[in-house]
Amino acid sequence: MSHHTTALHDLSVAELAQALRTRQVSAVETAQHFLQRARAQQSLGAFLSLNEDATLAQARAADALLASGKAPALAGVPIAHKDVLVTRDFPTTAASRMLQGYQSPFDATVVARLAQAGCVTLGKLSCDEFAMGGSNESAHVPPVGGAAPQPVRNPWDPARIPGGSSGGSACAVAARLTPAATGTDTGGSIRQPAAFCGITGIKPTYGRASRYGLIAYASSLDQAGVMAHSAEDCALLLSHLCGPDPERDSTSLDVPAEDFSRALDASIEGLRIGVPAEFFGEGLADDVRAAVDAALRQYEQLGARLVPIALPRTQLAVPVYYILSPAEASSNLSRFDGVRYGYRAPAFTDLLDMYKKTRAQGFGDEVKRRIMIGTYVLSEGYYDAYYLQAQKIRRMIADDFQAAFQHCDLIAGPVAPTVAWEIGGKTDPVANYLADIYTLPASLAGLPGMSVPAGQGAGGMPVGLQLIANYFQEGRLLGAAHRLQQVTDFHLQRPAGI
Amino acid sequence: MALTPQDITRIAHLARLELTPEESGRMLTQLNDFFAIVEQMRAVDTHGVSPLAHPVAAVQDVALRLHADVVSEPNQREANQQSAPAVERGLFLVPRVIE
Repeated sequence: MSHHTTALHDLSVAELAQALRTRQVSAVETAQHFLQRARAQQSLGAFLSLNEDATLAQARAADALLASGKAPALAGVPIAHKDVLVTRDFPTTAASRMLQGYQSPFDATVVARLAQAGCVTLGKLSCDEFAMGGSNESAHVPPVGGAAPQPVRNPWDPARIPGGSSGGSACAVAARLTPAATGTDTGGSIRQPAAFCGITGIKPTYGRASRYGLIAYASSLDQAGVMAHSAEDCALLLSHLCGPDPERDSTSLDVPAEDFSRALDASIEGLRIGVPAEFFGEGLADDVRAAVDAALRQYEQLGARLVPIALPRTQLAVPVYYILSPAEASSNLSRFDGVRYGYRAPAFTDLLDMYKKTRAQGFGDEVKRRIMIGTYVLSEGYYDAYYLQAQKIRRMIADDFQAAFQHCDLIAGPVAPTVAWEIGGKTDPVANYLADIYTLPASLAGLPGMSVPAGQGAGGMPVGLQLIANYFQEGRLLGAAHRLQQVTDFHLQRPAGI
Repeated sequence: MALTPQDITRIAHLARLELTPEESGRMLTQLNDFFAIVEQMRAVDTHGVSPLAHPVAAVQDVALRLHADVVSEPNQREANQQSAPAVERGLFLVPRVIE
């Protein structure tokens, strides 16, 4: 068995599922292998909680199903969840002091769906506080093995950020601490960390994955998805993650679950890939541009056709997103009042003072900033000028995509203007917001989007290619990514020492 | 139309956030920096454009679902209150509101 054990973290999800099904390795051995790796690499700060007893109990249950011959497709495959998805077996904190030690009485629907498919949960992964950020520097609870909160480190260069907000997910997959992880994407929080850590990530169409049990940041944008090494693995997991949840999520769409793996081998001969000029303008770093250009040339060689398109309101996506998401956040986070769950300030004079001190001490700087912006733009006299205006431009941005899809089947461009920066290197909030420019338009339109490894830029840091498809075209997206991964090995490259 | 220190105080009160003087000062600068990039948005002509809430409504009708008004959840009071800061006899405790 030892040759299996040493190679377990090198197997794809598909290979791992096969090895488990044919009993070459047990679910318990697999879980123990990854838990051991997670503990050995805890200085990366990826995990906020592990619960070995719970993980091994899930693994034993998977082994029993495998022995009975009635195991579901992913029986025994380990997964780790971003800590904004609530779980019964692990605390859920959203990386906030406000929820430190919070124990959910139920599992998020996407967690439950993956468990039904047989996945074994390894633990919970760090993120920016309440998923607000793009660097994972704002985690406010200590990671496993740590005494104090810390930024998650990028396995490609521990002095750099992993991206965010799903930074723990991207880090853990890149460092082979888990074969796959869930993430959530509100304005790019799956795609950008996937790009920065050299892995593959997909956010489905808004409404395809249930938001039940996803701690709400901006409800009209939040969407769960998966992060793994390849499009093939993402397809496998996303097929189980997506599906209608009409009883639990009011914005869940009645679109049936789909086997995305079946679309992987579709031909891309003649596929029209739209290239928006606005994604290649000033501000795009030369190293990222070169890697993305090379990936586009590769697609041409594979038989796809590049089509120039326009997304004229790309610049506007930044203010529109940073009006709408804080507005929704200020409303969603009003529930954290120190009464029903989570943190309460130790000393106060009366009820109002308790609310104010609890929220002052429980929330970090970025969360407070967004609550302040949101409260202001929703306040009397400003609603029309900010929130309503932003919602109208949101429709114009969505319409721009529909106009573009008249001329192309997919849209491609960079995920982020640069590779991952150094921890502490970007402290100005507005500079951080502007760095989200390429991921925000698809988020506002609710379109499915992916990040696919496309080589390396300055300092050997990974670069991601962003692919965007029209609504419900996740299969096409994954197929195009898979085709690229059949002829490139960017997704198989690994950080030094991993 | 820049925000003033008084605006910050008012917004923080509405948001139920106690800010230290240093935090208020920093917040004022950062929010004004932010609203500088929002100006381009206010200049856009959106006459006749209807606001978009559910993004998929850009291409198809998305109806908000309504629940039947029936009890559907079992009583899970203890599980639901296990993470509350102060509970007594199944009730959430808060500072005295009425003297």
